[in-house]
Amino acid sequence: MTVGDWPLLAVALPFVAAALTPFVLRYAEAAAPYLLCLFPAAIFAAFAAAIPGIAAGQSLNCGIDWLPAVGIRLSVRVDGLSSLFALLISGIGTFIVLYAGAYMKGHPGIGRFFSSLFLFMGAMLGLVLADDLISLFVFWEGTSIASFLLIGFDHTRQAARRAAFQALVITGLGGLSLLAGVLLAGQIAGVHSLTELLASGEALRGSPLYPLVLALFLGAAFTKSAQMPLHVWLPNAMEAPTPVSAYLHSATMVKAGVYLLMRLNPVLGGTPAWESILPFVGGVTLIGGALLALRQTDLKLMLAQTTVASLGLLVMLIGLDTDAAIAGAVAYLLAHALFKGALFMVAGAIDHESGTRDIRRLGGLRRAMPVTCAAAALAGLSMAGIPGFFGFVAKETLYGALADLRVWAAIALAVCGNALMFAIAGQVALRPFLGAPRATPRHAHEGPIGLWAGPLVFGAKGLAIVLALPLAVSLTLGPAVNAVAGHPVDLTLHALPEHVELPLLLSLLTMALGVAAYLSADRLRSLLDTLAAVLKWGPDRGFDQAIAALLRLATLVTRSLQSGRLEAYITATMVLTALALLVPMTVHGEWPALPVWPHLLLHEWAIVAIAFVGLVAVLRARTRLTAIVSLGAQGFAVATLFMLFGAPDLAFTQFMVETLSVVILALVMTRLKLAERDHRPLGQKVIDGSIAGAAGLGFGALLLRVTQTPFDSRLSDFYEANSRLVAHGRNVVNVIIVDFRGLDTMGEIAVVMITGLAILALVRVRARIVIHKEDDRS
Amino acid sequence: MMGTVIFRTLSPLISALTLMLAVFVTLRGHNDPGGGFIGGLIAASAFALLGLSHGVPAVRQALRFHPMSYAGFGLLLAVCAGLLPIFTGRSFFTALWTFPQVLGVEIALSTPMFFDIGVFFVVSGAMTSIALSLEQRGGGV
Repeated sequence: MTVGDWPLLAVALPFVAAALTPFVLRYAEAAAPYLLCLFPAAIFAAFAAAIPGIAAGQSLNCGIDWLPAVGIRLSVRVDGLSSLFALLISGIGTFIVLYAGAYMKGHPGIGRFFSSLFLFMGAMLGLVLADDLISLFVFWEGTSIASFLLIGFDHTRQAARRAAFQALVITGLGGLSLLAGVLLAGQIAGVHSLTELLASGEALRGSPLYPLVLALFLGAAFTKSAQMPLHVWLPNAMEAPTPVSAYLHSATMVKAGVYLLMRLNPVLGGTPAWESILPFVGGVTLIGGALLALRQTDLKLMLAQTTVASLGLLVMLIGLDTDAAIAGAVAYLLAHALFKGALFMVAGAIDHESGTRDIRRLGGLRRAMPVTCAAAALAGLSMAGIPGFFGFVAKETLYGALADLRVWAAIALAVCGNALMFAIAGQVALRPFLGAPRATPRHAHEGPIGLWAGPLVFGAKGLAIVLALPLAVSLTLGPAVNAVAGHPVDLTLHALPEHVELPLLLSLLTMALGVAAYLSADRLRSLLDTLAAVLKWGPDRGFDQAIAALLRLATLVTRSLQSGRLEAYITATMVLTALALLVPMTVHGEWPALPVWPHLLLHEWAIVAIAFVGLVAVLRARTRLTAIVSLGAQGFAVATLFMLFGAPDLAFTQFMVETLSVVILALVMTRLKLAERDHRPLGQKVIDGSIAGAAGLGFGALLLRVTQTPFDSRLSDFYEANSRLVAHGRNVVNVIIVDFRGLDTMGEIAVVMITGLAILALVRVRARIVIHKEDDRS
Repeated sequence: MMGTVIFRTLSPLISALTLMLAVFVTLRGHNDPGGGFIGGLIAASAFALLGLSHGVPAVRQALRFHPMSYAGFGLLLAVCAGLLPIFTGRSFFTALWTFPQVLGVEIALSTPMFFDIGVFFVVSGAMTSIALSLEQRGGGV
């Protein structure tokens, strides 16, 4: 590990922070958030220091071998795109930690919260930096798991548990899709890393499997980035504490799908499928998300639905696949992360200080919360795309890209979507602060610095980037666009349009429509509510129905396979045993020759006779107890035969097993009806008898056949030769058990132990049922 | 059912002898018929017998710990015996032998022996707990 490997350390640092968090919280108490935010701040500083090199076109590569035998490395690569993402993750993360420190202050689960948050940060950094395909998948799953933990943070509420479960199921399916995708793509191109994959040129696009690869990667990206109709988990994820919503579910994690699409654009993009599926799905998501946002009255849910819409817009732009569209996507990605993160934190601050997030109950907060109001205004203006803010630049860029293409459907979608988002920006960022103050559950006042520092910084950044636009383009946006496009792009962004052209007209149209939508928001909402009441069914209910159907199917399969009747299990086992033995012998003609009549001594005959008598007694026993004991007598006779023919260990064990099984069977039977006679109808007797006879015949024939084949003594020779010399033991059987094949024995005793526990559990269940019945009676 | 005087009087003696036999059979296993598995079964039958004559609570009290704990201890011992060679740079489950002189007598100590003792505890613990839980009627494990 050298200085050049620092990106690896940067990925590891959040995991270290996750482990240290409980101690920091215990010993630093109130100062803990300020200490904890140093971790992401340090990562941010490291990536910021690397910007000049990245901007000059370099990329940092480092890694350590993980599973060298199959070519898996834990390797990272820092280029323009991953650097932009890493800066966002660590930069926003710094303020989120501060914010969460204030927001979650005094919560008993704060340690768990911060640990999960840092786990997520590490996984997300790893995801955007990973070069190795398998590492990419591992970190991808890591973000899903961390998101699950954070959504379900308030695990005593059923809604939070359901939301966490839903998010895990949907993003988990996407994760599986990604695994299949990276494996398939790696196979096709014959590579293990993204670097090699991106250098493979037309290998993927030219492959006959391209549609499958594309479908798998899109499955991953669309679930993670909440494209319709897979978006349902994202609004539900608002069950998480607000810092999580601001960080995971708007600024970073939901962009993972967008990152994947951007990353793979050079090798997957540019095909008719790519250029039709992405704009279509993205466009539908844009409009759908914006309309759903307008329906909401909860600040967080409004923001969540606009996040869905923004993700749709990003996917649409990536799908258009021109250099200008990619520039628009990258610019909008940055703008969105800043203003949406800020607005979420504002929503949380309002909720924290006033006790409600319902916009119908909020108003006139500008006097009570002036700093928050300023931050909300900055972020809201950027979201609305007012000239002078970065949101406007991003919007102009994407309108420019659309105008070049002259795809009127896409232009109409974008204008409508942006107009709706303009209206929602007003609803979220202005409405709670304007008008006359209203009574809220709590008396609202300005929160501590942690609650407004983040929104203010991000809101101001939306302005600052515009002031230093050429610098931002050359240092971060340009290199990212180059990485997405796969070739150098001459990127220039303008803070204000230089000529009056179509993009500016579209922006003006957006604003006009937006103002109209803002003013008629309440009417639009009731209209949409009526529509939703008519439709009733939605993907969210569909999810519940799918899960319920899955459970019903599982129950059905289990019921049909596991009848719970012992006879059925034993019959199935015996029939299969008989078939497995008799069918191959018949098919291959491997029946044993009839053995010669053995010359046994008198006492040997006596033992055979005892075994036979035992057998007959089992068949003719009047009660179950007699049958059990007779079976024991038969077993003892067999054990004696073992002893006479030179297998003392086997005989010894057989004796003990017979003893214990008689005892245990008898004990089991005391719980059942021991004295009851075994009465089966004649037909049943014939069937059971035939099955038992067939299984016995099969085993007998197998043993005869085995003894008639020539004996390969290499193994027993080896044991006999080495047992005394190497293992210091004369008893070969025992030496095999505890030494030569010790690992097998270890597995076996583990099984004995687990079986014992399972039987205990069964007995206990039965005992409890008995007790419950007695309770009912009394 | 099992409460006759003769049975109640003799069973502790028989159980004690059976337990000694179990230990003996376990330890001789490396050179003569026997071993941890069979020893464990013998020990379990001793406890089952005592449970029939004196009742399950008496056996549980005599054992002090839950029989399943003995099984868990045995599994741990067996795994540790397998792991020990790793710390001497050998591979998992390599047998280690040492022959210290105790009072002029050579004693053979080895990881397979501790492994076999582990097997003894697993088998005796698991079988005893099954037998006892079945003997104890009407609940409790």
